[in-house]
Amino acid sequence: MSAGLSIRGLSYSAGGKKILSGLDLDVPPGTIHALIGTNGTGKSTLAYIIMGLEGYAPEAGSIALDDRRIEGLAIHERAELGITLAWQEPVRFEGISIRDYLSLRRSGGLEPERCLRLVGLEPEAYLGRNVDSSLSGGERKRVELASALSIRPALAILDEPDSGIDILSIDGVAAVIKAFRDSGAGVLVITHRQEIARKADIASHLCYGRIVNSGDPGEVTLQFREMKCQSCAGSEGECASA
Amino acid sequence: MPESLLNEFVRLGGETGVFEDTETAHLAIDGNRVLSGREVEGLRVSAVQRDDGVDLDVELASGRALEKPVHMCFGVMKDEGVQRLRIRVKLGEGSSAEFIAHCMFPSARKVLHEMDAEVRLERGSRMIYNEAHFHGPHGGVEVKARAKVIAGPDARYRADFSLLSGLVGKLGLDYSVSAESRSVIELTARVFGHRQDEIIINESVVLAGEGARSIIKTRVALEGDARAEVRGMTEGRAPHSRGHVDCTEIVKDNAIAKAVPLVSVTNPLAKVTHEAAIGSVDKAQMETLCARGLSPQEAVDVIVKGLLG
Repeated sequence: MSAGLSIRGLSYSAGGKKILSGLDLDVPPGTIHALIGTNGTGKSTLAYIIMGLEGYAPEAGSIALDDRRIEGLAIHERAELGITLAWQEPVRFEGISIRDYLSLRRSGGLEPERCLRLVGLEPEAYLGRNVDSSLSGGERKRVELASALSIRPALAILDEPDSGIDILSIDGVAAVIKAFRDSGAGVLVITHRQEIARKADIASHLCYGRIVNSGDPGEVTLQFREMKCQSCAGSEGECASA
Repeated sequence: MPESLLNEFVRLGGETGVFEDTETAHLAIDGNRVLSGREVEGLRVSAVQRDDGVDLDVELASGRALEKPVHMCFGVMKDEGVQRLRIRVKLGEGSSAEFIAHCMFPSARKVLHEMDAEVRLERGSRMIYNEAHFHGPHGGVEVKARAKVIAGPDARYRADFSLLSGLVGKLGLDYSVSAESRSVIELTARVFGHRQDEIIINESVVLAGEGARSIIKTRVALEGDARAEVRGMTEGRAPHSRGHVDCTEIVKDNAIAKAVPLVSVTNPLAKVTHEAAIGSVDKAQMETLCARGLSPQEAVDVIVKGLLG
């Protein structure tokens, strides 16, 4: 096992269907690992398994952070180790201000003002607002990224941080991902956008529960785009089962 | 003002200055005893102590806008007692005022607090009424609060009832509002029930005048063996009237919650909507907060605190 996130032989099934099968994946500290793949191939499922959400216990394999096995830990215990997840569709909270939402970590966290600036939001305009339906989808996504930044994670799992954010802001999203890395965090970023994946240090193509290609982000995204993964020949718009 | 009521007011975070300020109207009543009061220009406050309660008459002159809120300290400082308040409030045309009622029952073991209010808002007047209850740890309070409000044309009425401190005991809240043309009504109730608390909330608005608008918003959190039943009723009788009923209740442990949103429309140009959500704490919200390092209990506390404002 190595420092950072280390996953070996991870398998997971749901409803009698194999979702992940013998998956290996590493995210060392200070690196960005992009995970790409078509819809329904298990990317978000992997994120939930790492975070320890209810109903997402692996049936085989190991997950370790800095050589410590975490499969038996509850969500908050994993978070205390430094693992956090920014959801693809973050929930909203009635009556909770953005300032409070960015101050959940008791000590050692980043200041809310700095977190907001890093995600491109003006603190003066947002700190007093609530994390509720008054925020647009794009604003809520940015606040979610700010919240993940606020706890200074050792491992940040970002589930499609670019979805719901307009194409003009993609550079901004990439800058936020880089901010996680610059703080020393390992970053597992799930994305469909090649512009985001190409900015990673390493990329992996997840195809029906298996990593079928891993390495240089430019090459992996190129092969993904052409649907020519190593273990299957894809048809248009969808990668065939590995 | 007698020390006990004042001390309790300060203990709860109130500023004593409001009772000394000659430009701030106030009224303090412990049980059925009127302790002190102050009128300000344009605001007449009459409190008549009777054997079975206190008759209050509050009238604000037309066109008068009070800059500072009127503070009303109600409560029973002893562990047993009765407080009956019969309140009549009238705001003259174009006037505006904010009333803050601090209802304190810190030691109650067998206390009854009854309030019957009639409120009349004349054309274009504006009233904000915040009623915050502070109950002790024994659960020995029974609150029966009834209010009938008539909001005249272009009037605005906003009421916020909260009972978030201590055990509720028994709460019966019964507010009804008739909204005339273009008036705007906002009713909010926030209650946190614990142990054996019993909560019944009935709030109704009749949108009687053209273009009248209203929202009834109720937020209840329950734990232990607490029970709550919330009825929010809005009737759209007039053209272009708009109403909304919004109820959310979070339950934990063995608590039981019911919500009955009742909406009706008797004019084809009126529109009334409702939403109600009852259940345990939202799983996705819990997971999100836990993923930031909060324990499940801390996450519940944050969610409930946010819900109850």
